[in-house]
Amino acid sequence: MSASSTRFARATDASPRVKWLLIGAVWLWFAILILFPAIALARTAISGGLNSFWHAVSSPEAQRAFGLTLWVTFVATIANTLFGLGFSFVLVRQKFWGKTLADGIVDLPFAVSPIIAGLMLVLVYGPKGWIGKWIEAGGLRVVYSWPGLVLATTFVTVPFVVREVVPVLREFGLDQEEVARTLGAGRWKTFWRVTLPSIRWGLAYGVTLTVARSLGEFGALLVVSGNILGRTQTATLFIHDGIESFHPESAYAASVVLAGISIVLLIGMETLRKYVEAREHSVQE
Amino acid sequence: MAKIATSPVSLALRGTTLTYLGIMVILPLVALVTEAVTPGRQEFVAKLTDPFAWHALKLTFATAFVMVGINSVIGTATAWVLVRYDFPGKGLMNALVDLPFAVPTVVTGLMLVALYGPSSTLGAILNSNGLAVIYQPPGIVLALLFVSYPFVVRSVMPVLQEIDPAEEEAAKTLGARPWTIFRRVTFPTLWPAILTGTAMAFSRALGEFGSVVMVAGNRPLETKTGPMYVFGEIESGNRIGAMVVSTVLLGLSLAILVGLNALQRRPETRK
Repeated sequence: MSASSTRFARATDASPRVKWLLIGAVWLWFAILILFPAIALARTAISGGLNSFWHAVSSPEAQRAFGLTLWVTFVATIANTLFGLGFSFVLVRQKFWGKTLADGIVDLPFAVSPIIAGLMLVLVYGPKGWIGKWIEAGGLRVVYSWPGLVLATTFVTVPFVVREVVPVLREFGLDQEEVARTLGAGRWKTFWRVTLPSIRWGLAYGVTLTVARSLGEFGALLVVSGNILGRTQTATLFIHDGIESFHPESAYAASVVLAGISIVLLIGMETLRKYVEAREHSVQE
Repeated sequence: MAKIATSPVSLALRGTTLTYLGIMVILPLVALVTEAVTPGRQEFVAKLTDPFAWHALKLTFATAFVMVGINSVIGTATAWVLVRYDFPGKGLMNALVDLPFAVPTVVTGLMLVALYGPSSTLGAILNSNGLAVIYQPPGIVLALLFVSYPFVVRSVMPVLQEIDPAEEEAAKTLGARPWTIFRRVTFPTLWPAILTGTAMAFSRALGEFGSVVMVAGNRPLETKTGPMYVFGEIESGNRIGAMVVSTVLLGLSLAILVGLNALQRRPETRK
């Protein structure tokens, strides 16, 4: 980074005064928007002492909420990792009618507001929904129950793995696989021993993004969980209900825990992105 | 290629993944649009021009426009500083710029309330000077600024890194001043990336809910945005109103994404 900045710091280099003014302004904005609010959250959460913070985090409701969030994240991540891997292969390796359209449709969940995503799922899988009425007739409940939470989380995270795996798979090409096949390796063996190791950083990055988004999804879950008292709560619903029902201590405490997890994931993402970029460069050179 | 594409395993993979996509994504979308237009055009227009719905949509657009105006400038400045300068805390800033993408939206909302809300010291000072942010429209803009901060930065940074210094050098040799060089040489290369980041931020702002609901105060005709209106209508059983506003918001987000795709495809074909 420093090498590139010295290489470029030439023609548009304004006077040092302008340079430091710009750096100062960006730092100030960054602090006002991101840094100070994050610190304020942590301070508010522990303002009642570490004991009450611990008490709020370890309450049975909080533990149940975090447990459900982990479970929902786990199922959604597994589903979208399998789909993402498979669909990346379809998009990169196959030719068929409507491929460009299918490629665009994967990105749709990015354009859908979480609230609207929830509404859509209620319309399809709700008690009177298109598919929901058949499922309910069979005695199963999707929306207003935990499968609805899984479904909503899966919907909003559909694009992540596909978007990260497609470019690395395209970069990887077919040559090495063909060598492995020529040497007598079967389809599975080639996939496990040759293809998967080559796309692993891109895949890991996509999975991390999926996990981060799943842990934090809120709007879609709010809609599909319904407005029932004592409803099944995930961590984000627990935070929202804590504020609504005037128990801000538990909401702030749970927020700090979720924010902590997302910072850990963020560090993971930064590390993975460096690996992915390093790979891309080594392929190009 | 052809051999792989027609093998039974490949066909099965294609069938399974396309079915998954159909059930997970296409069916819900079709359901929403179908149900929204079923009552007829008059009903659609009536629900859309309902004063509460119309105000919520207007508020969403107004706040999104203000946010985009600020973020396109500050995002570009942030990318510029991160690519071209070395300064204390650069590593920290570079890592934390992505924080808004990682932090859950409800947590974002709570962070802003914790710092600027009426029960904090700073919030109390702001309130007593008539500059209340939280539970007012500026709070909505603040939340949108937070959640969409990385879009412009991350879209502009790679372009700035790839820029050929020779052009800027040439302009300098010809006697152009730094600001003129930026305006006439650098900016024409940068603007597609700025536009891309801005459009993505705008699309995100149209749908943002979690952070906004925590800071907005949810007062109809004052601080209730489009997505909040949709949620309120679902809760009170007015599904058609919710579906109509949803369809409009979704249609706009989609149009932005499709437009961006068209914009990004152009330079690729030039290569």
